[in-house]
Order: sequence, then structure tokens, then C-alpha cells
Amino acid sequence: MKRVVITGAGTINALGHDVPSTLESMREGRCGIGDLEFKDVERLSIRIGGQVKGYDPVARFNRQQLALYDRFTQFTLISAREAIRQAGLEFTGELAARAGAILGNSGGGMTTLDENYRSVYEEGKNRVHPFVVPKLMNNAAASHLSMEFNLKGPTFTVSTACASSNHAMAQAFQMVHGGITPVMVTGGSESMLCFGGVKAWEGLRVMSRDACRPFSANRNGMVQGEGAAIFVFEELEHAKKRGACILAEVLGFAMTSDAADIVMPSKQGASRAIEGALRDARVNRDEVGYINAHGTGTAANDKTECAAVADVFGHHADKLMITSTKSMHAHLIGATGAVELLACIMALRDGIIAPTIGYEEPDPECALDVVPNEAREAQVEVALSNAFAFGGLNAVLALRRFA
Amino acid sequence: MSTIQDRVIAIIAEQAVLEPADVTLDSTLEDLGIDSLGLVESIFAIEEAFDISVPFNANEPEKSDFDISSVRSIIAGIERLIAEQA
Repeated sequence: MKRVVITGAGTINALGHDVPSTLESMREGRCGIGDLEFKDVERLSIRIGGQVKGYDPVARFNRQQLALYDRFTQFTLISAREAIRQAGLEFTGELAARAGAILGNSGGGMTTLDENYRSVYEEGKNRVHPFVVPKLMNNAAASHLSMEFNLKGPTFTVSTACASSNHAMAQAFQMVHGGITPVMVTGGSESMLCFGGVKAWEGLRVMSRDACRPFSANRNGMVQGEGAAIFVFEELEHAKKRGACILAEVLGFAMTSDAADIVMPSKQGASRAIEGALRDARVNRDEVGYINAHGTGTAANDKTECAAVADVFGHHADKLMITSTKSMHAHLIGATGAVELLACIMALRDGIIAPTIGYEEPDPECALDVVPNEAREAQVEVALSNAFAFGGLNAVLALRRFA
Repeated sequence: MSTIQDRVIAIIAEQAVLEPADVTLDSTLEDLGIDSLGLVESIFAIEEAFDISVPFNANEPEKSDFDISSVRSIIAGIERLIAEQA
């Protein structure tokens, strides 16, 4: 089996419009959550989110592109440009024929849907723009990514709610690991911050009106974010041969299904995924120094996740660090695992653990080292990234510091 | 108020990323580099501009009761649709 490394990373999210600014925000424990700004926001009871601010689509794309690119596609391409530039790859010939893109996404072109529903239902118009369908389809981002960079291998979109990106990246890893292709572009993108998107989430009564405070006893729900992160996964020898800069090694993953409840998390489903990832990665539990938690800030997730970690790691659970960066960039749903992988890379490569901010009161049901409020320096050999989705679908990735 | 012809040419020129002066009555959409997606987007823009409904099905353009073989034929079709509506 081939060893798989990450040779490029790109992002745009509430913490920054690229990787360096995002990592700086994570190091500083900066919060990207603020007042939502879009039409009809005053009709929502939830008015905060991790929105990408100071972003001008016209500065990045031309008119023809914008007619076809929903916001989630724009975020994908911006992130992919950064990742592929860093990797220094050009996709031509044999490499282009084999390399593909697997992306996570949950809501598709929600803003496009929202705008066009508004126009036909509220404004009573009987005509919509001809590109509504190609703009809103969940695979639009993966397809435009393949077109911009000439990726002609396996290309598709995975949709497993909050685990979409982890499922996508695991699948991309497997393709490189198994020798199908030397390079895959992977990650995820999401943009559901529009009136209809947030209104739907409001209905579930799991959203916080003021802040995302994972693991804190006074946590009161999740906060939704938007953005993307894209990575280049490359076969180690292929990367070495061309002298590529290696950010981290991807060791393995596991996926499980709770087969239990459409929204409530399961400790067994989560712990089976964590255990499976350790087994697949062939690492001992005491090698794990950092876990990027799913850590949504809901009452149910955080205590279930901590119980699963305690079960799997035993005494070592008290020695490892587990943080939820959703406290800063909010919950990017289908893109969340991708943005959170950046925190894992920072832990492994830079020896800096992104904190769990907004932490105010210890919760006996979340009694782990959550690195409250301030980043910490620590050398980490192995990191895990958890994602536990609605629908009971779990995916955990394992990474190692590349030295 | 500009003529129907000027307005249609302006819409087509914008789609083709050309100056209106570069779009002649004899130009075909192919000459102008407008592909199938560009065509449906132009038709949408025309429908919006004149508040008409253009009978065009991209699956069988030759059977549509709307001739798109040149800028001239498109303008003639639109003038007819506007007259019928009046």
C-alpha cells in the first residue's frame, strides 16, 4: 500500500481568506462568529454565524463564471487555487488522466435555491435564470474544480451532512493509498448562510443565539458557518521525487454508522469509528496527542463525544488534548472536517494546538483537556479528526507528523 | 428609448463579451462564440428585457418556432413576439 501525504492546503472561512490567516486566527484564539448579514435576517431568531466577511466575488471571478458559480463553488475554487499552487502541481497527460477530486458538501447551492424560490414564490415571477440547476447541484463545485485544473480521474461529491468532508477525504486517501492515482484533490465546501438555510436549522432548536461554547457547562447549541478547505493528497514517493513540501501524513481512517437515530449521536458509533481509525492507521492509542473534536457545542454531542473518547483511550484520555475549533469558525456542516483538518496540520507541523474558545464553566461530563481559550505549544506525533453526522454517520481520520 | 434591435444586440454582445458594434445582423451565434449555455442565457435575458416568452427548446432548436440562425432572424422573431403580445 502507498503512503499518503498532504502537499497542499487552501481555505476560505470566517477566520481567514487563506490558510496562513486562518491558522493565525486559530493560534490567537480569535472568534470568527458575528452578526449574519443577508436579506430578511431580521425575520430569524438565530442571527449569528461564521460568515465569510469582506469577500468580493467580482474580484475573484468574471461575470460568466459568477453566472454559474454558487457561493459554495466559489469557496471551493478559491481554496483549490491556494492548495494546488502550494503543491506546485500541474495536471497534464498521465497525471491529469488519473487525478480527480472528491469533495464533501451537504446543502448544495442553498443560496441559489433560496434566491430563486424567493423570486417565484414571493415575487411571483414565472421565469428563473437558466443556470439554476447547474448552479445548485451538489456536484457543481467538484465539476468546476475538475474543469479549472484539468482533473480527469474519479471526481464526485459525498453528502453525509456534518461528516461529508471526512468521508470525502477518507475516500480520496483510499484511492491514493490503493494506487489508483498518485494525486487526489479533496476537502469540502458549504454555504448555507441564507434566510431559508438558517430558518430550516432554527426549526431544530439546536442553535445558539449567542456563541458556540463546546465542552463548557453553559453551552447552548451550535452556530453555523460557511466556507471551504481543499487539500492535495499525494503518494509519498511521488511527492518526494518532485521535492514537494509535505504538511503531514494521512495514516488511515474509519467510518461507522450508528444505525440508531436520525439526529441523536451514539457513543458506540463514535467510539467504533475512533477505534477503527487507530487500527487502520496502525497506531497505539498513547501515540495520539491531539483530537480535533466534532465538538458542536450542543448538549448531546459534546458529552457523547467525550464519553466515547474516554472509553477508547482509557487513562490516556486524560493526557491527550481535544479541542473544538468550531468555537471559532463555527460549524461548516459539509465542509467542517476539511477546515478542521487545518487545525490537525497546525498541531502536527507547527506544534501549536488550536484552543476551544468560549470556554467558561467546566462540565463534569466533558472532563478532558479541551485547551480552553488559549492555544498551547506541544509536540504531537499523531492527531485524529472526528466527524459525527446527523443520520448517525461517523468518519474519523488519523494523521501523523511528517519528519 | 433604443430600438428592439439595439437592445437585442446589446444583450447578445454582453453574452459574447464583445462591443455592440462588433455584432452584425448577419452574425451567427457560432460566429460570436456563444455556446448552448450562452444561448439559453441570452434567451432568458431577452425574455426578462421584453417581458415575453420565447418558444425555444434546446433539445430541438430546429423545431422551435423561433429562428436562431442569425442575429437578424432572432431580432425578427422577437419583434413578432412583441407584436403578438401587444
